[in-house]
Amino acid sequence: MVATLTSAPESTPLLLDAQRLFCERDGRVLFTDLDIQLLPGDLVELRGPNGSGKTTLLRALAGLNPDFEGGLTLSERLLYQGHRVGLNLLLTPLENLNWYQTLQHLPSDRITLEAALAAVGLAGYDDTPCHRLSAGQQRRVLLARLHLHLAPGGALLWLLDEPLTALDTAGAEVLRGLLVARIDSGGAVLCATHQGLGLTQSRLLDLGAVRL
Amino acid sequence: MSTLVGTDDSAPQGHLWRLFSGQLRRDLLAAVRAPGELVNPLMFYLIGIALFPMGVGPGPNTLALIAAGVLWVLALLAILLAMDGMFRRDYDDGTLEQFNLHMQPLFVGVLAKTLAHWLMTGLPLTLIAPLAALWLYLPSHAVGTLMLTLLLGTPVLSLLGGMGAALTVSLRRGGLLLALMILPLYVPVLIMGAGAITVVTDGLDPAAQIKWLAAILALACTLVPFATAAALRIGMEQ
Repeated sequence: MVATLTSAPESTPLLLDAQRLFCERDGRVLFTDLDIQLLPGDLVELRGPNGSGKTTLLRALAGLNPDFEGGLTLSERLLYQGHRVGLNLLLTPLENLNWYQTLQHLPSDRITLEAALAAVGLAGYDDTPCHRLSAGQQRRVLLARLHLHLAPGGALLWLLDEPLTALDTAGAEVLRGLLVARIDSGGAVLCATHQGLGLTQSRLLDLGAVRL
Repeated sequence: MSTLVGTDDSAPQGHLWRLFSGQLRRDLLAAVRAPGELVNPLMFYLIGIALFPMGVGPGPNTLALIAAGVLWVLALLAILLAMDGMFRRDYDDGTLEQFNLHMQPLFVGVLAKTLAHWLMTGLPLTLIAPLAALWLYLPSHAVGTLMLTLLLGTPVLSLLGGMGAALTVSLRRGGLLLALMILPLYVPVLIMGAGAITVVTDGLDPAAQIKWLAAILALACTLVPFATAAALRIGMEQ
């Protein structure tokens, strides 16, 4: 039960270096001896059946779940997007993004925000409370967050949990564009997905394959 | 377990203020959009107070005797009732994850959330307290003291309650546990708050109790946000 995912060159700074990760939940070993190293330009799809530990792994890497063993070094601040949307549904997309920008020390002005919303196909929804948006549109607000992180000073390391959920084909295309833009500008992405991103740049890490 | 190399440079003060005001603005905005949640603790307070004349009889002497204690105990319970909601919505919609990950330092955000929560519960409660005092025949010269003690005491209740709310945030039914944990911590505030009013109705100077309340508030403001931030980290790991 050993899985490794390593890129060779030593000179480039690693964005994420996880060594010999081990995690057990309710007596079941989710992963053991798992090595993950992410270099600028890496796009890794995290696969595996339900319950194989994809979310647990992402949360561990993001620092939200200390319940694992192994060495973990993150050389960059990161972006984590989990299952739960992370939007206050009473607020508008603009207000949600404004709060997020302050939190993430990103430049926060209305023009940048509106441009980000327009880039993900939400132009004109600036002032609609999020609970009036459809599930797919709410996920698009998350895409706008990713878009904001493409600005200088944004997080280079993206950890995404099922970002394709509820997105239509156009939305998925926007997501692919954002991911490619991130890895092309020196970032790295680790992305849990069932459907597959359909990008030639991506490598696979299958948690199901390391199971007996 | 994990190490973070070469992250944030030390944050300048203007930046802390931006984090604080951004969080405060967001919480107040969300609270204003759901006004029903604002009114609930206040209605609970007024209805609770109104039960006493019906329970112990409408005699002015009896009611005036218990007024100080009743006004404060119900304030305490009303705030406690609202406490569970402090982090609940954020936890449910996933914003608390982002808050925990990126709010640095975390206690600044916690302080902003607590202030927003107090502005929506403790402050309005302080403002309607004279009305409730009227129902219980509290002597009119004690009303000023009542409001002053509530103004000093309710922020402490919000601060301490926030700590409990942070610890129980991942429990589906954390309400009762929260009450069991937090109510004992509310005792000093209750003693000083109700004590000050009793002293005034007896015609004495409540300065000692009020200074105690102010001291407790200063201590709580300084220390509790750190404890709440730590509690939030623990609570989120469940």
